[in-house]
This record gives sequence, C-alpha cells and structure tokens, in this order.
Amino acid sequence: MKALVCIKQVPDMESKFKINASGTWYDENNLAWRMNEYDEYAVEQAVQLREQFGDVDVTVLCIGPDRVKETMKKALAMGADRGLHVRDDLGGEKGPLEIASIIAEFAKDKGFDLIFTGMQSQDRGSAQVGVLVAEMLGLPSVTTVVDFSCDGTTVSAKRELEGGVRAVVRVATPALVTCQLGMNTPRYPTLPNIMKAKKKELLSVEVQELLTAESLLTTEQFYFPEKNVGALVLEGATAELAETLIGILKEKTTVI
Amino acid sequence: MKIMIVGECRNGQILDATYENVAFAEKLGGDSFMFMVGTQAALPKYEGKLYLADAGECGEFNPEAHKQLILKTVSIEQPDLVVFSHSSYGWDLAPRVALALKAAQLSEVVDIKEGAYVVPACNAKLRRRLRPKSAITVVTLQAGAFSPASEPTGQPAIEPVSCDPSGAIEFCGYEAAEAAGVDLAKADVIVSAGRGIGKAENMEMIGGLARALGGEFAASRPVVDAGWTEHNRQVGSTGQSVSPKLYLACGISGSVQHMAGMKKSEFVVAINTDRDAPIGEIADVLIVADLKEFIPILTEKLRAL
Repeated sequence: MKALVCIKQVPDMESKFKINASGTWYDENNLAWRMNEYDEYAVEQAVQLREQFGDVDVTVLCIGPDRVKETMKKALAMGADRGLHVRDDLGGEKGPLEIASIIAEFAKDKGFDLIFTGMQSQDRGSAQVGVLVAEMLGLPSVTTVVDFSCDGTTVSAKRELEGGVRAVVRVATPALVTCQLGMNTPRYPTLPNIMKAKKKELLSVEVQELLTAESLLTTEQFYFPEKNVGALVLEGATAELAETLIGILKEKTTVI
Repeated sequence: MKIMIVGECRNGQILDATYENVAFAEKLGGDSFMFMVGTQAALPKYEGKLYLADAGECGEFNPEAHKQLILKTVSIEQPDLVVFSHSSYGWDLAPRVALALKAAQLSEVVDIKEGAYVVPACNAKLRRRLRPKSAITVVTLQAGAFSPASEPTGQPAIEPVSCDPSGAIEFCGYEAAEAAGVDLAKADVIVSAGRGIGKAENMEMIGGLARALGGEFAASRPVVDAGWTEHNRQVGSTGQSVSPKLYLACGISGSVQHMAGMKKSEFVVAINTDRDAPIGEIADVLIVADLKEFIPILTEKLRAL
C-alpha cells in the first residue's frame, strides 16, 4: 500500500506579522516556522496505517523554499518513509489551484492508495487544496475527517459537521482524506527517530517541472484589519488588575 | 450580476447558512435564484426560483451527485457567481464545482470592498482583498459575516432538478453530538479555557475561578482536542453556543469558530498575554496578563468578597 501526505510549512500564528514589499502577502523573513497543525494529524494517520498493515510506504510532499525541508524532517522523524520537496521560493503566494496542480501532477502516475492532507492551512485557510487534488486525479475525497479507519481497501470515516454532529461515510481506496484537528494524537518524534530520519530519502524537484495551472485570482491588498477597539485594555501589576476587574464586574454586570 | 445561492438542508431542516447566503446576494444586488438538495416538506422562506433536488433520491450528503446537480443548474441559468456557506457542506462542495467550471474560488469571504472580496488570513489576524479573473466565480461565506436584516419570508417557485445519484462515497448516517452533560447555555457565568492555559493541570485553576463566580467552566476546541477537558464543555461552532451574562476567555486567542459560539455573551472579559489577539475585538475588557498569575489572585479576591 502506498500513501502520500501533503504538508505545508507555516509561520507560528503568534508571530508578529509584517506585510511584504509588494503588499500581497506577509513578509517571510524573521518568522518562526512549523508544520501546519492540520497536517500533523495527516502525517500521524499515515504512520498509523503503516503500523497497522506493515507494508505501507509513506511519502511526504511539501512545496516551498529550502527551509521547508526542516518541517519535512519532522514528518520523516514521525515515521514517513521518504520526502519529495518541490522547491519553490514563491510557494507562499501560490493559490490553492496552482498548489493542487503541482501535487496532482506529481501523484498522477504513482498509484497512491491513500492521500492525506490537512483540511486547511493556518495561514491561507482556503480549505480547497485537498479536494482539488482529488478532483484533478479523479479520486473521491472525504473532507474534515475526525475519525478514520481502513481495512486495506475501504475507508470508514467520520466528517465533523456543525454543532458536533458527525456524518459517517465509507469509500473504497484509492481516495483522499482531509484531516481535521482532533483526528488522532500526533506523536512527538523521539531522538532515535530524529537521527534515523536524517538518513531517509529527501529529494528535491523544481516547481516548474510540476506546475500546470495558473491562478484565477489577483491579490489587490494584504493588510491588517482595522481593529474594533471595543475592549478596554488593562495592563499592570497583577493584584491591582484583579481589583480593577472586580470593580468593573460590579459596575457593569449583575454576577457579583 | 446573476447570483446562484446554494442552500443547505440537514436532516430535513433548512440551515441558517441558507439565509446568510441570501443576505449576501441581497447586499451585492442583482438577480438571484436558489439551488438546494432538500425536500418539498421543508422549503426555505425565499421569494424567487428554487431549483430543488430531492434529498431522498440524491442523498443529503453525496458530493458527486450534488456537484452534478449544481453544474446542471449552472448550465441552465448561467450565473456569474455561485454562493456557498463556508461550512462543512460548502467547503467540501465548492472546490469540486469551481474546478469543473474553471471558476476562481474565494474561501471564507467576510466582506466586499470596491467590488473585490475580502477573506481572512493567518487566524484572522490579517485580511486579503482578492479579485477574480474568471468568467464565473465561486465563493464560500464565513458563518455570521452576512446576517439577514429581517426575518426571511417568501414562497419559492420550485423547479425540480434530478441526476444520477450513484457516487463513490457511501453516506451511512449522522452520529449525534455527544450528549451535553453540562448545559452551558443556562449558565450566567462561563469561565472558558484556551490553548494559552498551557497544560491540563491548569484546568483546575479555571474550574476554581468558575466556582468562585458561581458559574461553569468551558473550553475552546484545542483544549478539548488535547484531552484536557470533555467535548461537552466545548464552546464554538463545533460545540455549544452560549450567551451568559459574563464570559471570561482565559488564554483564548479568538478563532472565528470560537467566537461564533460566544459572541452573544452580554459581557466578555479576555485574559491574554497577546494584546493583539482577535478576541480583543469582541471583548469588553482585555486584561494583558499571565493568566497563571492573574487567575489565582482574582479567584482569591472573589472568594473574600
């Protein structure tokens, strides 16, 4: 069985973001980078599949400049077998259609039984790439999955809907699944596995070899929203803050 | 502009997202019509044409069939814009439709500015203004971003539409949300924990503050996913919606999904080390402090009252 996991490297969302020179995306300098949170669940699910069946080969794919290899090494240390890095210094500004075309072009003749993606990225959040990849490959896709099992040929999955309701679905492989938070418990790479990961295959290809789509969108502006500065902001010594808050609650609410 | 509104129906009930999509179409102006997979027994309140596919025949969840039905309707009506909700239904279906139509798709639209669409980025800390270059455009709308100004009314004119309901994905049914052992909707005070509490042990501190205020404790999604508390205490779009007299958000940055579940609270206090956290936009008071220091002192002072 062959599995593909598509991951993205994103900035830590607590970062102090700045706008780039062209005003179309964030400035990618001086940020702390990590694996897109949703993708950690995707890697974990693929690795669990191998633990279940033994003969599952897990490829992890990531698009971006050379720095994304650090994130790929984490996926390899979690248990993926090999990495395919699509080198693209402008990957961050590519939209879902272009990104999906790259992945589909790579995957089209590889015979993956299962493809895992996060349900969305934390920075762009379009929730499109997984579904687009599946559509381009002519595969069924199940999105927003919080519960996954596979008997080798059939996937049973639960999709998370609004209000905590779940839709139970079944689909035969090959198929694509987009992973929602809470789907499993992503493991932390152990030191021996981090060492082992250094010896695993990690190939790079240039994005021009795989990109087949053009963006249908123009970014006119990337900006910080005007804040509704509704909140009264209080700072200072902790004990005084507590007194001040109690005063406010007495005045403005009926709960004390 | 001609707008196609995609309505949503689950378990035979029209979902509110339907009316938010209508409100968006009204805001944009122009002609609109609706498409929905639903039933004759529960029709949306809408004055206009409704292309209705029968959920009994096509299945409520059958993305391939729904895609075919939408494409069929698009070919009849030739709309300029197809509008979905950014919901578990909409974000699943919209890319399938957009790719087939060679349409630009804009996800989670929150506003329209200068004829372009505004979408959030980076956990809602930033915004992008985007303009489509395609002949037809597909959008999904953030839940709550476009609300109907008044109670929806009207009787749609039905145009039946049908298709081959076979598909690769078999829908086996719904699984209800875990029984809410705690009815947060009835609490006057809710003290809610976010990822910022740092570790499971700190839930006790949150519970202590809730008791001191005579309220309930709750949590945001990451805290529940981490297993620090039960799902039946989760507030947000995939948990409970609450409207207490006081909502204390402790270490909650304020994702759209979380705020959807608590924005009707009468008074909101946020405790956060990040003064730029989006929760500050809907909070009445933002305390910039380390909650591990602040909460024990606040709890002690409240107990002494």
